[in-house]
Amino acid sequence: MKKFAFAASVAAIGTLTLLPFSWFVLTSWKSAAEIIAIPPVILPSFHWDNYRAAITQYGLLHYIGNSAIVALATTLVSLAIASLAAFALARFKLRWARYYLMLLLALSMFPQIAIAGPVWRLLNFLGWLNSYQGIVAAYISLTLPFAVWVLTTFFQELPYDIEEAALVDGCTRWQALRLVVLPLAAPGLFTAAILVFIHAWNEFFFALIILTYPALQTLPVGIALFPGEYTMPWGEIAAASTIATLPLVALTLIFQRRIVQGLSAGAVKG
Amino acid sequence: MEEISFTVADGEFCVLLGPSGCGKTTLLRIVAGLESASAGTVDIDTTRVDLLPPQDRDVAFVFQNYALYPHMTVFENLGFSLRLHDVAKDEIQTRVTEVARLLEIDNQLKQKPQQLSGGQRQRVALGRAIVRRPKLFLFDEPLSNLDATLRANMRVELGRLHTRLGSTMLYVTHDQAEAMTLGEKIIVLDKGRIQQVGTASEIYHRPSNLFVAGFVGQPQMNLIEGRLDSNGKFHDEGGVEIDLAGTVASRSAVDSPLTLGIRPEDFRPCASADAWFSGTAEFVEDLGSDCFVHLLCGKLKLVARLPGQNRIKRGDSLHLNADPQRVHLFRDGRRVDLFGSEA
Repeated sequence: MKKFAFAASVAAIGTLTLLPFSWFVLTSWKSAAEIIAIPPVILPSFHWDNYRAAITQYGLLHYIGNSAIVALATTLVSLAIASLAAFALARFKLRWARYYLMLLLALSMFPQIAIAGPVWRLLNFLGWLNSYQGIVAAYISLTLPFAVWVLTTFFQELPYDIEEAALVDGCTRWQALRLVVLPLAAPGLFTAAILVFIHAWNEFFFALIILTYPALQTLPVGIALFPGEYTMPWGEIAAASTIATLPLVALTLIFQRRIVQGLSAGAVKG
Repeated sequence: MEEISFTVADGEFCVLLGPSGCGKTTLLRIVAGLESASAGTVDIDTTRVDLLPPQDRDVAFVFQNYALYPHMTVFENLGFSLRLHDVAKDEIQTRVTEVARLLEIDNQLKQKPQQLSGGQRQRVALGRAIVRRPKLFLFDEPLSNLDATLRANMRVELGRLHTRLGSTMLYVTHDQAEAMTLGEKIIVLDKGRIQQVGTASEIYHRPSNLFVAGFVGQPQMNLIEGRLDSNGKFHDEGGVEIDLAGTVASRSAVDSPLTLGIRPEDFRPCASADAWFSGTAEFVEDLGSDCFVHLLCGKLKLVARLPGQNRIKRGDSLHLNADPQRVHLFRDGRRVDLFGSEA
């Protein structure tokens, strides 16, 4: 009975979460007539026209390219800064480390809308609106607190002895970080990298206000702008959304064990 | 820690012995450069090193939990420091192989630390130190994570290794067996201070204060509080009388509170007329070769280590005395020499 209840709730939650996703995946294979048919058609006739149109008419590949550049750059820079900051927070006996971490957490709780104005003005002042560096800088500020948190817990879990052994063996602090600490912290770095990447890949709001040139726009903004004045290309939108989701689904499925490990680091010892 | 000053001679095996929390590990870490002292200096050879970072001190440190690099193979672990010091590849190969053979881990070179047993990990940790040929080896309780048999074996091996390498070693432990068997010089530490420096025999037979007397030796030295009268007789409050007439202390220590110490193995059974202590055996630990007899004489509890063939049973009554030359006396916690000059 208990087992059955558990299975039923899992099924219910799973259906509920997967429903929108499955709906647009199915929609992406429907013809224009099937999409607007009443009563709705559940199973599509497996058309690939929507995909072809999304790529050829709506420049989907171009948006994917932009998103990839922005998300990768965000991930790299964010992780480079975060790993150094986290190392210092975890290892050097800083008096304010705890408060600093709490401050970071508080900062990451700010609603995006509250900082949108200042961010826009700052980027405008720098002349970085409509530029990759502008959007990447904004994303770094969003993802950094999280990355620092994940990595700090990770570094704290690494036995300090190993690092000291490296120091006595002849490493400078830098070498110890590069040759011993970072390889050992790889699972943590990986988790942080994937989560930062997903965040940057999905982000819509800042991308919308910072990137107004279609040439620079990222996937979420691009897809949102598919509808024209008189058209609502549901099929193409569904096709583009499916493609946009695929890398994330793949990343999460392949690395789910690592992500869970990384997120729960520090919670339980071992 | 205060007023700690000592020298380790070239090629010497020096042991820092003390209970946990006495500051011995901190001292070792200060020598290694992993911690800095608020005052004082550290010299290796004739160079002052206490301001240098650890990597410039040319010391090797063997950690209690081995601290091997888990992402590297045994070979890489052993060769890591050589690689950092830009030693040529084929030389690294030769030196690592040589050390691995010496420590009998040459079959494990391709394995990662987590595939090794505790003893093998210990050897890798040792090898990592040896391969560097450092000026000074530092050991931080390297055997404490091993089981008893392995620990005894590794202890012998460490001693052999020291003879073979002839290098200077500074070794921290709380285990007196390790200290006594390995140390050419033993420094006993307690509460951040040096209590005594000497050879194993000096520390055992002439403990310079009550702490050393109580800490070294298993079972502990029997300590009895009392006073000397003007006839050179030692009295405790329970009516024990011990004739120490004719000793230096008997003249100089009259009437001040003293502590008398007798090692369990120095007791000998005797006739009741000659007995210093008479009592009943409250509990007997029979180890075969010896037995530890826990004796109750009035309020006084004593432990005597008697030869195993004595066959003493619980409840037996026993008369004991000892050679006055083997008795230790302490005044205000410090040793008073019974024979020869006063300490």
